[in-house]
Amino acid sequence: MNRIEINRKWCKGCGICAAFCPKKVLGLDEETEKATVVNQDECIACYMCELRCPDLAIKVIKEGDK
Amino acid sequence: MSKAILLQGNEACVMGAIKAGMRLFAGYPITPSSEIAEQSSILLPKVGGKFLQMEDEIASIAAVCGASLAGKKAMTATSGPGFSLKQELIGYAAMAELPIVVAMIMRAGPSTGLPTSPAQGDVMQARWGTHGDHPMITLCPSSVKEMYELTIKAFNFAEMYRTPVLLMTDEVIAHMREGVALEDDYEVVDRVHPAEAPSKDYLPYKVEEGSMVPPMAAYGEGYHFHVTGLSHGETGFPTNTPAVHEKLMARINGKVKENDPNFAINEKYMTDDAEHIFVAYGSVARTSMNIVKRLRSEGIKAGLFTVKMLWPFPKTEYQSLLNENVKNIIVPEMNLGQYVGEVERYTEGKAKVSLIAKASGELFKTEELYNDVMAVISK
Amino acid sequence: MTNVQDYLRESHMPHIWCPGCGNGIVMGNIIRAIDELGLDRDKTVIVSGIGCSSRAPGYMDFDTLHTAHGRALPFATGIKMANPDLHVIVISGDGDATAIGGNHFIHACRRNVDITLVVVNNCIYGMTSGQFSPMTPTGKFATTAVYGNIDRPFDLVNLAGGAGATYVARGSVYHAMQTKNYIKHAIEHKGFSVVECLSTCPTYYGRRNKIGDAVSMMERLRDDCTMLKPGVTEYDKPFVIGEFVNREAKEYTEAYDEVIMKAGGKK
Repeated sequence: MNRIEINRKWCKGCGICAAFCPKKVLGLDEETEKATVVNQDECIACYMCELRCPDLAIKVIKEGDK
Repeated sequence: MSKAILLQGNEACVMGAIKAGMRLFAGYPITPSSEIAEQSSILLPKVGGKFLQMEDEIASIAAVCGASLAGKKAMTATSGPGFSLKQELIGYAAMAELPIVVAMIMRAGPSTGLPTSPAQGDVMQARWGTHGDHPMITLCPSSVKEMYELTIKAFNFAEMYRTPVLLMTDEVIAHMREGVALEDDYEVVDRVHPAEAPSKDYLPYKVEEGSMVPPMAAYGEGYHFHVTGLSHGETGFPTNTPAVHEKLMARINGKVKENDPNFAINEKYMTDDAEHIFVAYGSVARTSMNIVKRLRSEGIKAGLFTVKMLWPFPKTEYQSLLNENVKNIIVPEMNLGQYVGEVERYTEGKAKVSLIAKASGELFKTEELYNDVMAVISK
Repeated sequence: MTNVQDYLRESHMPHIWCPGCGNGIVMGNIIRAIDELGLDRDKTVIVSGIGCSSRAPGYMDFDTLHTAHGRALPFATGIKMANPDLHVIVISGDGDATAIGGNHFIHACRRNVDITLVVVNNCIYGMTSGQFSPMTPTGKFATTAVYGNIDRPFDLVNLAGGAGATYVARGSVYHAMQTKNYIKHAIEHKGFSVVECLSTCPTYYGRRNKIGDAVSMMERLRDDCTMLKPGVTEYDKPFVIGEFVNREAKEYTEAYDEVIMKAGGKK
């Protein structure tokens, strides 16, 4: 399964990752207002969240990769 | 000593710079310093160095700062209007501690002024032209040979203290030609390189115990260091912490000391028993020498202190002249009175300080200066 | 995929930029481009001027230089001329590159030193809190254009191409993958290369122009950009992205090597 790691210390909660994820894998945590994974199973490892994260806080780990 | 060769002041400056290790020059055409650019464009490629004619004065000093960081000794040259434009980056070089040399040939200002005429109106700008408290080393040749020798010294001081150094004189010295017999060899100093190998713990602005100048690595050696004009501590990264800023200011200003023995390069001529001492620099020192000799032949006890190190002010050397014999300190300047203020400050009331000002765009003529001096002495 | 973290000075993170600011996206893409090209990190220098985007080098674990406002390109020129073995990448903002640094910009394009310039264009002076820049579109609002901007903006791509840059591309922070590739091509290109990255400033530009938050600004970039098509000159979108110029010309440090040869000097 593909995995998404979020560095919450760096995330400033702009919401770009959640808004543009084609599979709605990401959302914003209501309490912390930071990015969070809400639907890991759907991740297709397109890396768009990682590439567009202004805070360099997202790492997509494709199944089979380290 | 070599056989005498005929050299122009600006030409001697470039030859001295190359002797000192200059391998990049960046400049913009401006009278009366353009020959420094021209000679650099001819001579640098012969030694594998590079000449850049940049789009403006600011770009020129920026390129020189960049070259210095990449490990090359570098110089730019200019005159009044260009000097005004370069001021911001002179401050940058002082703050980031970049060894660079700026050759600065004075013409009559302000503004475009008299572009081809000599003056000495930029002496205070040399000291305080850029904003903020900053160190400034300024060397002032008064002969073609000194254009060569003090340019070498300018590079040496830049490397030793990691700071911008001005080689500054007036149009007369820059454009005159003299027979010059160079010494067989001159001391050339290179910046101190960090002793340690690159590592994550490398601190680019850390000074060794007993030193005030951090060793300097070059870009491309693996140190991965950061340089900024923002205030910074040992790490080189920006900070707003008052204590860190205060420490940095104390260090970069404190490393260039008035009483540094390396700076005691000024010349005394018959000052021991003198009652009337001239304090002069640049071409004016030469005219002053004529007057002193004439006065001595007339039985008047005159002497000359030729300032070669304009900044920091040569406090120790100057004050050592002020014995009880001295009645008059005479400061002839090709401006309306600039350095005289500093001379007065350091005289501390021990003698009468008189300015002889000339701001017509002409150099002092011997007869004219003699008459002005006699008016001072006979008062 | 590049592990971007490996190239950051982690103790300086998180960065100072506002939530949703495009600077971080551009910085990440420069790092990915460097990594994918396998550049020697010890031989790569990142140079910037002054402004929000010019803070990027401080976070990047290379030899880095934060210069004075507008002056990054001439500093970079000095570095590259002093040591042509270095890869020199300059990060600049729209105000830094085209206003105070405008003269340096056109002359760097003309001279063709092998330097890559990435201009983060957020159409505003962010660091000084939202004044209009030479890249702010006419009619938009800023703290110094509260009645609407009457200045006409530069077209950076045409400016760079006209001034002689040998590689010119425009991307956006929304089009992150393409833009990363443009930066890669720019670094690979021998000569002076320019990549304009249309970016977001939700805090000053977005708010003042009632565009909304970071997500709305990204949507705007998605909807307002169209791809460059060969032979097409008229587009129905305000921004065209793509690779506009890719041509060969004598690179400056190589040209200078010939000067050294002619002068009888040795490298």
